[in-house]
Amino acid sequence: MQLTGAQALIKSLEMEGVEVIFGLPGGAILPVYDPLIDSSIRHVLVRHEQGAGHMAEGYALATGRPGVAMVTSGPGATNIVTPIGNAHMDSTPLVVITGQVATVAIGTDAFQECDITGITMGITKHNFLVKSAHEIPRAVAAAFHIATTGRPGPVLVDVPKDITQSMMEWWYPTTIEELDLPGYHPVVDLDDERVNEAISLIEGAERPVLYVGGGTLKSHASAQLLAFAERTGMPVVTTLMARGAFPDSHPQHLGMPGMHGMYSAVTAIQKSDLLISLGARFDDRVTGKIPAFAPHAKIIHVDIDKAEFNKVRRADVSIRSNVAAVLEAWDAATVTPQNLEVWWKEIDAWREAYPLVYDEPVADGPLRPQHVIESIARAAAPGTIVAAGVGQHQMWASQFWKFEEPGTWVNSGGAGTMGFGVPAAIGAKAGRPDRIVWCIDGDGCFQMTAQELVTARAEGIPIKVAILNNAYLGMVRQWQEMFYEERYSEVYLSPDLPDYVKWAEAMGCVGLRATTVQEMHAAIATANSINDVPVVIDFRTDSTEKVFPMVAAGASNDDIMVHPLQRESK
Amino acid sequence: MNTPEPFLGVTSHAPVRHHILSVMVENKAGVLARVAGLFARRGFNIYSLAVAPAETKARFSRITIVVDAESAPLEQIVEQLDKLVNVVAISDIAPKDALERELLLATIKTNVDSRTSLLDVVGNSGAAIVDVDAGSVTLMLAGTPAACDELERELENYTTMELHRTGRVALPRLGKAATATID
Ligand SMILES: Cc1ncc(C[n+]2csc(CCOP(=O)(O)OP(=O)(O)O)c2C)c(N)n1
Ligand SMILES: [Mg+2]
Repeated sequence: MQLTGAQALIKSLEMEGVEVIFGLPGGAILPVYDPLIDSSIRHVLVRHEQGAGHMAEGYALATGRPGVAMVTSGPGATNIVTPIGNAHMDSTPLVVITGQVATVAIGTDAFQECDITGITMGITKHNFLVKSAHEIPRAVAAAFHIATTGRPGPVLVDVPKDITQSMMEWWYPTTIEELDLPGYHPVVDLDDERVNEAISLIEGAERPVLYVGGGTLKSHASAQLLAFAERTGMPVVTTLMARGAFPDSHPQHLGMPGMHGMYSAVTAIQKSDLLISLGARFDDRVTGKIPAFAPHAKIIHVDIDKAEFNKVRRADVSIRSNVAAVLEAWDAATVTPQNLEVWWKEIDAWREAYPLVYDEPVADGPLRPQHVIESIARAAAPGTIVAAGVGQHQMWASQFWKFEEPGTWVNSGGAGTMGFGVPAAIGAKAGRPDRIVWCIDGDGCFQMTAQELVTARAEGIPIKVAILNNAYLGMVRQWQEMFYEERYSEVYLSPDLPDYVKWAEAMGCVGLRATTVQEMHAAIATANSINDVPVVIDFRTDSTEKVFPMVAAGASNDDIMVHPLQRESK
Repeated sequence: MNTPEPFLGVTSHAPVRHHILSVMVENKAGVLARVAGLFARRGFNIYSLAVAPAETKARFSRITIVVDAESAPLEQIVEQLDKLVNVVAISDIAPKDALERELLLATIKTNVDSRTSLLDVVGNSGAAIVDVDAGSVTLMLAGTPAACDELERELENYTTMELHRTGRVALPRLGKAATATID
């Protein structure tokens, strides 16, 4: 069967089971948009290519399937660089198709030419510049294979216009060999010796902690984690990237570690004698000052990516594997640590002394941001998916929302990309239309990508957005207050400019505003009753609220600052 | 003042803790950029780098990289390289187990007086004359990096018009297997 390269590209995406593409057309990708009309694949037309990338990420994080975005060359391609970088940092499987100028024009500074494979070399897991129509199926199949196996990540496929316009005889790779990736071997057999070495460490441990990272979600190991944790009785912490990997309601769960982590989670790690890292990477937001991090702990490091071993902290035992396989092997060996009663007594004392707290809400406002999040969470249907922007609101969302299952937390961790929330929520809802999707956003973040609510309305993707409007780039304000003697430099945004309600309405959404506690509950109830169009609520929150606990950047985790309400007792 | 040390070029004695990585890569456009970009991005230092098609000519090339194992732990350099999809195999050759060779080409200004002594230098070092004209000589040495260093020092007594070194290539000594990391 003779096809154009463009038809082959769409057919290849169909072969990979793609159900939705987030994108926006332009000159170099034009040929591919024609066969898209006849395809079963849904296309979501974004208003800015950054939106397409974050939607694809949100889709991937909520469904576990790779997200797909398609854009044109030059500015279309550079507009999606931020999401590619974001996905790279968070190991999110993405396939990004970019149009490119015709092969003969490459290197001539042709209209809308840019070296997108060069630009994204350091922020993709791999990328391809396709050189012939015949190679399109192989490039697409290889892109999906690479994006989704081993440590997942973004893969970019750059396709020149003459290639999509030329003819090819249709074929599709059916074996891994046909992908022609002689240097790519993402999985290896489990090393039994290492597994056993780890078992002896676990069996000797009196103060173990399961340090659960995003890799646990990526390897779909939640069930194994629950079984292992319950059988061994060990305490669990889940990083910002792993929220939802272990139920927050579980008594063994201490919550999130790190810069804004729970006191008990941070301190348990510090005092542990064995830290079992499951798909985590000892990020500086978790370790604080590295030499002072968990100083007495032996380290078992489980990761599919062996380059993570000994990168930040030397491991006593490193095991290259997906998390699920290791947990299953340990369980099969019925590994048991020492009696943990004493350890739990200590942990429980920390939990009791330093739970999450915030100042008493004031009926007439301004609203407490933590109270807003708790109230949304209480009124939310089970299984609600939460996306967040980046800033204080993100930390509060991670702290105060109670996550019970994988795929319910959609957030930008490694890159901390403001503007991630709204498009990522849209992508999540596109992938999980059966779920309610809330975006907990900051006023600063909202202004970066809000235009995608037009996309949401036009495409019938009814998300709910809670803007925690503190009139500030709040996280930066917090640092200036605490570390720059309250010298506020370029962080004020104004609560009224823009008018978020009018803006929401102009984008075809329902816009609501809440200033008092009563209005807050009413707005949440109204939002929950609307399921056909997107809803935006402008919550007027207290500008002076700060995120606690906090470990200052570069400080030791031992110097964790608790909420002012808890300071006398410390 | 904290002025950075100037980069003095490829000499066998410059790298204090150098390691030689012999990296088999797919022979595809942009692969060298991927390798070089990785080193730049992660702050790994390269002392020298040589690329040529490998035994299996059509598909693979071999890149011999002399790395500064002080700029980053060797393990990190190898593992990060290994993650590049186009990298097929990496072998790490410890300097003491390595057969290292390098090529030096130099054009030297000569006159009647200096020509004879230069020919002595050439003879003693095992170099060869590859081109001659009235006022200059181009010579070549294929030898160990140390031999190339030595010749370079000898040539300081002459007027060197141009001097190029290729950077070294290496194989493990017979009976000394490289630490292979097959991707
Ligand atoms: C694209 C981008 N630019 C700048 C920053 C630095 N930054 C981190 S948090 C933050 C403030 C975010 O403000 P807002 O969205 O209002 O959230 P808040 O902290 O007030 O809850 C800024 C500027 C960033 N993370 N991302
Ligand atoms: Mg704000």
